[in-house]
Amino acid sequence: MSINLIALISAMLVIATPLVWAAVGELVIEKTGILNLGIEGTMVAGAFVGFVVADLTGSPWIGLLAAVGAGVLAGLLMGLLTVTLGQNQHVSGLGITLLLIALCEFTFRVRYGGERPRLAQKFHPLLDGAGILEQHWMTYVAFLVLAPATWWVLRSTGTGYRLHAVGESFDAAEVAGIPVNTTRYLALVVGSAMMAVGGSFLTLSVLGTYTLDIINGRGWVCIALVIFGTWRVWRVVAGALLFAVTDALQLQLAITDLFSGVPRELMLALPYLVVIAALAIWGRSVHYPSQYLKAYRRG
Amino acid sequence: MARSLPHLVLRGQQPRWLTPVAMAAAVLFTVVLTAIPIRLAGANPVAAFERYLVRPLSSQTSIFEVLLTATPLVFTGLAVAIAFRAGYWNIGAEGQFLIGAVCVTWVGTTFTGLPALVAIPLGFVAGAVGGLAWAFIPAWLKRRAGIDEVVTTLLLNPVALLVVQGLLNGPWRNSSTGFTDSDRLGAGYDLPLLFSGSRAHLGLVLALVLLIATWWVMSRTPLGLRITSSGLAPKTAEFSGIPVKRLQFRVALVSGAVAGLGGASQVMGVQHQLTQGISNGYGYTGVIVATLGGLSALGVLLVALLLGDIAVGAQNASLVLQLPPQLGQVFGALLLLSVLAALSWRRYRIVWRRTP
Repeated sequence: MSINLIALISAMLVIATPLVWAAVGELVIEKTGILNLGIEGTMVAGAFVGFVVADLTGSPWIGLLAAVGAGVLAGLLMGLLTVTLGQNQHVSGLGITLLLIALCEFTFRVRYGGERPRLAQKFHPLLDGAGILEQHWMTYVAFLVLAPATWWVLRSTGTGYRLHAVGESFDAAEVAGIPVNTTRYLALVVGSAMMAVGGSFLTLSVLGTYTLDIINGRGWVCIALVIFGTWRVWRVVAGALLFAVTDALQLQLAITDLFSGVPRELMLALPYLVVIAALAIWGRSVHYPSQYLKAYRRG
Repeated sequence: MARSLPHLVLRGQQPRWLTPVAMAAAVLFTVVLTAIPIRLAGANPVAAFERYLVRPLSSQTSIFEVLLTATPLVFTGLAVAIAFRAGYWNIGAEGQFLIGAVCVTWVGTTFTGLPALVAIPLGFVAGAVGGLAWAFIPAWLKRRAGIDEVVTTLLLNPVALLVVQGLLNGPWRNSSTGFTDSDRLGAGYDLPLLFSGSRAHLGLVLALVLLIATWWVMSRTPLGLRITSSGLAPKTAEFSGIPVKRLQFRVALVSGAVAGLGGASQVMGVQHQLTQGISNGYGYTGVIVATLGGLSALGVLLVALLLGDIAVGAQNASLVLQLPPQLGQVFGALLLLSVLAALSWRRYRIVWRRTP
């Protein structure tokens, strides 16, 4: 048996890319104290809207733009419910996920029936034939632009400072003149757009088609990754890579028959189990954003 | 330049007519919004709604189908409602339901020869234990280390689904067909049907018994009052001597057991084997049922029946009107979001203020 290292790393990067986009988006939102359980539905919506629009127009770029639009709308809806109206975050987020998944499935069936449509034009990997460097542009952007930029914004800019302040203390933010609700809306819109892009990566870059279970719990993996990474960008990226490498390794080992005794489902359950175990061990010292799950009401 | 802008102002007191009006507005809003995808799909919304809401209640057979479809939703809705009442945000009913189904399948395929009088109670106990065990992990983490249960209960849902898939792809693969369904449970585990010519089964009776028991405990006993106050005002409850954490822990376990009973009921009453789609999102829909039902037993029953009605209607509309059955879920989720919005709007009034 042998492991093809280049194929392994390539597979790892492809698996990690949508997770990085969506988990970084979730992180930005959670920084302001909002747990967005709409993530799963928002990724589905990004994948679906991106696919349909790319199919209609023949251009994956327009598809991507539409996916971003869908993400923005999902973020605004979450904002309306939890920020403006102060409703329960987890029920609202779950409701958004259920709504978007059902709506996408409905529309897909109406439009395509039982067909397996394929995009005429999808994104192709850059640097054809360059081995490990032959990757999709969204992969490059995720690791070389999105993650460093988010890290820098959160760490060294006024915007990052405001997000952090809102998530830690409404009172302090208000005293400092930071508009709490506007900041939360901003985070929701930007973060949800990232999630949608992550979803659209699967349809527009990797598969060139849409299937009903395309996201298949990746949003929940991202929720786990953000906590695993204790709300720090690089740790979240590292977590995504770790998850991706076990998954990629699993696929290869299944071929080479080494770990044929280990069920694939166990490997897939690892990120959830690791996060729960980590919470069990270090739970007391994990510092959640202080205003987690709280609504802001001007006093 | 002076402009007049809308502002949201908290109402001092809510007039009594407001709640029903807000709810009616939410329902109307949902119907109008759902009409859009129906229209875009090329169907007539009025005809579609007649199919969704009215037609399922027009014949005896389909009323029984509505009851059958509502049964798992009563279990999961009730499970979520009692946890939420105590201020414990259990959104893991999906996983608890699945593990309940796994446990009853294990019992039912291991001890196959039992007579119904032994098999059925044993099956329900297995389901309850499974759901309880799955709910125990996050509940214990919350009690011991104060770890927020929202994320842990949620993350155990995909794990439970993977447990089901792992079993069905591996050791439990059907020995005669080779499909990814388990073997059939022993015949003694089949729940008796309630009416001849229908598929509604004993699980519905158990669900109704649980509903009545919950109603009685919550509204007629000191325990119910303690649970409600732990949810509404945990600090005050703690101060008045109620052991809030311990109470939430216990309620969380009961909630898991109820969801697990739902899984057992679905396996023994409908599928008679474990399948990948055994849950069909019932645990997540349970959050909708509980929230829309105002976390009360009667509300859970009514909303479960409504969603069951729509699901049956959506199923047969998909055959007649070529509308995919997912529209039922679209309707349920939209109704949830609209009602959430309406309930908060109720607390405000809109004032037009001039701003300089």
